[in-house]
Order: sequence, then C-alpha cells, then structure tokens
Amino acid sequence: MRDLLSSLRTPRGIATALILLVLAALPLLTQAFDQRYLLSIGTRIVIWSIAAVSLNMILGYGGLVSFGHAMFFGVGGYAVGILSAHGVSSGWIQWPVALLAATAWAALIGALSLRTRGLYFIMITLAFAQLVYYVGSGLEAYGGDDGLNISRSRFPGLIDLRDKANFYWLCFALLCASLWFCNRYANSRFGLVIRGAKSNELRMTALGFPVFRYRLAAFTISGAFGGLAGILLANEGAYISPAMMSWVKSGDLIVIIVLGGMGTLFGPLYGTIAFFVLEEALPPILNLAHKGWGEYWMIVFGPLLVLIALYARGGIDSLLGRRHD
Amino acid sequence: MTEPLLHTERLVKRYGGLIATDNVSIDVRPGEIHALIGPNGAGKTTLVHQLTGVVAPDSGTIHFAGQDITRLPTHARVRLGLGRSFQITSVLREFTALENVALAVQGHAGHSFRFLADARRDESLRGPARGLLDGVGLGGRAGILAASLSHGEQRQLEIAMALAGNPTLLLLDEPMAGMGVEESQRLIGFLRALKQKHAMLLIEHDMDAVFQLADRITVLVYGRAIASGTPDQIRANAEVRQAYLGEETA
Repeated sequence: MRDLLSSLRTPRGIATALILLVLAALPLLTQAFDQRYLLSIGTRIVIWSIAAVSLNMILGYGGLVSFGHAMFFGVGGYAVGILSAHGVSSGWIQWPVALLAATAWAALIGALSLRTRGLYFIMITLAFAQLVYYVGSGLEAYGGDDGLNISRSRFPGLIDLRDKANFYWLCFALLCASLWFCNRYANSRFGLVIRGAKSNELRMTALGFPVFRYRLAAFTISGAFGGLAGILLANEGAYISPAMMSWVKSGDLIVIIVLGGMGTLFGPLYGTIAFFVLEEALPPILNLAHKGWGEYWMIVFGPLLVLIALYARGGIDSLLGRRHD
Repeated sequence: MTEPLLHTERLVKRYGGLIATDNVSIDVRPGEIHALIGPNGAGKTTLVHQLTGVVAPDSGTIHFAGQDITRLPTHARVRLGLGRSFQITSVLREFTALENVALAVQGHAGHSFRFLADARRDESLRGPARGLLDGVGLGGRAGILAASLSHGEQRQLEIAMALAGNPTLLLLDEPMAGMGVEESQRLIGFLRALKQKHAMLLIEHDMDAVFQLADRITVLVYGRAIASGTPDQIRANAEVRQAYLGEETA
C-alpha cells in the first residue's frame, strides 16, 4: 500500500491513475457529453488491452514473439458464437467452455511451438493462427467468411450485458483483474523464471529450471487471457467472423506492445490507447490537411512506429521516466 | 579409496569423422580438485557438455553420486548436485547480483509454479543469496545490475550462483579466464577453502592456478586422456611435456 501511494507521486503513477480513473468513469462521461459512440471505442480499447496484457506475459516478459495471438480472439469468440448459434445463450455455459477451449488450444500450440526458437517460433505461431483462421472461414454453418451475428451472453439475475454501460464495466473489471494478475505474475517465482529465461535461457537451465515447462505454462496462461478477450470481443460486436483472428490483428497486438513498452505492467494499456486514438484521430486530421488523405493514415503511423523503435526502445512507458523495480 | 563422486566410463563423442571425445574415463572423488587441461581443440568443452547434459555421448556412461546420469537432462543433473560455472561469463545481465543468486537459490527450492507471492521480497530466497554473495566477496555489490559488474566480479557472481544448490560437485569451466593476477589469486584462495565441501572438476588454462589447486590432473589431447596423475607426476611426464607443457616448462 505504501508502494502504491509513493508510486502515485511519479509521472508514471499520475498518468496511470488518471487513465484508470477516466476509463472507470467512461460510461458516465460519454453519457454526460452525449458521445455514446465513444463508449463503443472505449469498450474495444479495454478488451484489446486485456489481449495485449496477455500477450505481454509471454512476449514482453518472456521474449517469446508469438505472431498468432489473435487466434485466441478466434477460439474464445467462436466458442461463444457456436454455442449461441445452437441456442445455448447462457454465459455460465458459454464462458467456461470458451475459456477451456482457449486454454487447451494454447497448451497444444505451446507444446509444439515452444520447441522452436526465434524466427521459427514467430513463423510457427503464425502458421497455427492461419490454420485457425482458415478453419473459421471454412465453417459455412457458422457464416464462413461473412461471419455470424450472435446475441450477447446471458447472465440471468446477475448482469444484463445488452446494457452498454454494464458490459463496459464488466470488461473494465476484467481488465483490472488481468492487470492485477499480471503484476503478481511478473514478480512471482514463476515470473522471474520466465524473465530469467528471456535474459539467458542456458543459464536458467544450468540453475536447474526446466525452462520448457515454465514457458508452456506461461503460453497457456497467456492463451487463456487471450481467449477471455475473444469472448468479450464477440459479445461487444454481437458478431463473430474470421477477420477477428486475421494475422493483421496478431501484428496489431505486437505493435501495441512495442508502442506501449514491452515487459512493463501498464505498457499494453498505454499502447492500446495510443493505437486506437491514432487510428481514430489520424484520418480526420489528414483529411483536414487535404481531403481524401485520411485513407492513407498508415503512412504517418508507420514512420511513427519506426521512430519509437529507434529512439524510444521502452515505448511510451519509457517516456514516463525511469522505472524503479 | 573413497567411492568417486563423478565417474565417466569410456565416453565417446564423434562429430562426423572427428573424434572429439575418445574413450575418456575420468573420475572426481569427494573433497578433491581434479583439473582437466589440454591445448585448444583437445575436446574439453565437448566433455563438459556431455557431463552437463548439453550433448549426449555416442557411447560410454556417466555416473554421478551413485546414479547413471548419462541420459538425464541438464536440469535434473543440477538437482542431483552438479553445479557449474560457464567458460564464457553467463549471468542474467538485466538482473541485479542479488537477484541472480536469489534465482539460483530458487532453482533448488522446489518447483517455481508459484504465481502470486512476490519473490522479490521472499527472505527464504534473499537471505541465502546474501550469504552466498558475502561468501564470494560481493556482499557490497548486491544491488548492482550484473551487466554493470566488472569482469572479475561477474566471474565471482557465477561461482556464487553455482554454489546456490550446495552442489557436491562443481564444474568450473575456466573460472580464471580474463582475470587479472590479483583477482586470480583471490579466487584460488577462495576455491581452495571450498574444496572440502564441494569437490571440483576444474577446466583451466592458467597453469599457475592449476598446479596450485589441483590434487590430480588429467591431460586431454585430441579427445584422448593421455595422462592422469598428481601435479608432480604430470610435470614429470615426458609425453605431456612434449604434447602440451613444452613451451611452459622448457
């Protein structure tokens, strides 16, 4: 608690506290200013932050560059969608099944992919993600390429997810839970093994750690949280489609983590906000400069990323001052 | 004679046509320092890799603490009490000296599938880690990032990490490499004090250190152990003088 208070006096602490406060009050703010469409962007930011936090557990802390993380959007989302298409609308069934599916799938993919290193790991995770993508687009019964409209999960008597503010707050609570877990995870014995293996795998083995098992566990945990984000994403749009797990989304997640700061607790949150804000704000700004330029916002966004990679290695997080841990 | 702690029986390792380890049988007894010397390319590193489980021998066996460990993975050998330091300094550069050793302690403290408790405040890890750092003379440098330590300090840190599991046998791969004379002398004194509790297999180029420390020496040339004996026997061995010590004792 004392740490929490003293960290509130640093620029990072103040910025983070402000962001979390604004996010916590977002439904009230958007209502007060009558900008309800902002709430839907806010919801997506929060859901993507959960996914980014989960990818950061292996990519940031573990140095395992998975280029297929969006497949867990797909597994989580399709589990909910398929159950919903068969008339199972209860979240009490949908969500555990979807989480279980994402966890099992992550364990399987991890067991196979983690036998490779470096570039091969990137390629094999991408390959598995593409596999899931094409399975999704081949599922004609569930809309194939076009996707499928579903209804939001029902939690009778507990919460009505059709209410946008309710749904948002649930997502926000789950984001807070993910951040809490990630904080514990990163400083636990387990997390130190994962971080140590990023720094020097051979050393960790010589210290008596079976690194593969720890990485597999980390990959599985990361996949489970990724699946959670998938469940929420399917509910947010009341829609599933293969597009939610295209390789572009996996790339976006990596970009978000690099942008926000790899291996930092709040980096994924900063990164997601920056990514969405730039995505929303750059087109109109460019359109102001010249009508029609907005379509090419990536031309500005790309070089921005290059600059971050070159001059701000630690991403946005490093701009907020030195870290103490 | 006491039962050897480590014992290899006719180890063979081939790389294509090259025999890197040629029928090597060596042993290390409790309480002794056994040095392994040989010119570059003699197969010392390959032998170390087989002992630690990085590569598997083509034939032959390795016994450690009364158990056949020939096919055991590295981490399991470490758990049995086979500690090692690396030829090329291998510490976790982004971690402080204390965190490095605390992780080494953690490696011997059962499994690490603990997700919630803060390991960075775990006195059951940090306490012993501090003791080990004091032991190698790094007590005052506990909070420094390993990357910022001097080369000699990193070597000391390596040894503190290797000692974390209280290994019965320490495999030291060129611990003096790149050290100044003074640092080497300090390390020699330190290792000598350790040998009652931890037997050592010492691979070292620094002949002064080898002859000061070793109880027995084995000379490896082209993968073969051409001689084995006390430092005096090795010094007097004509074949060794010709093959290896020539320049240094002439």
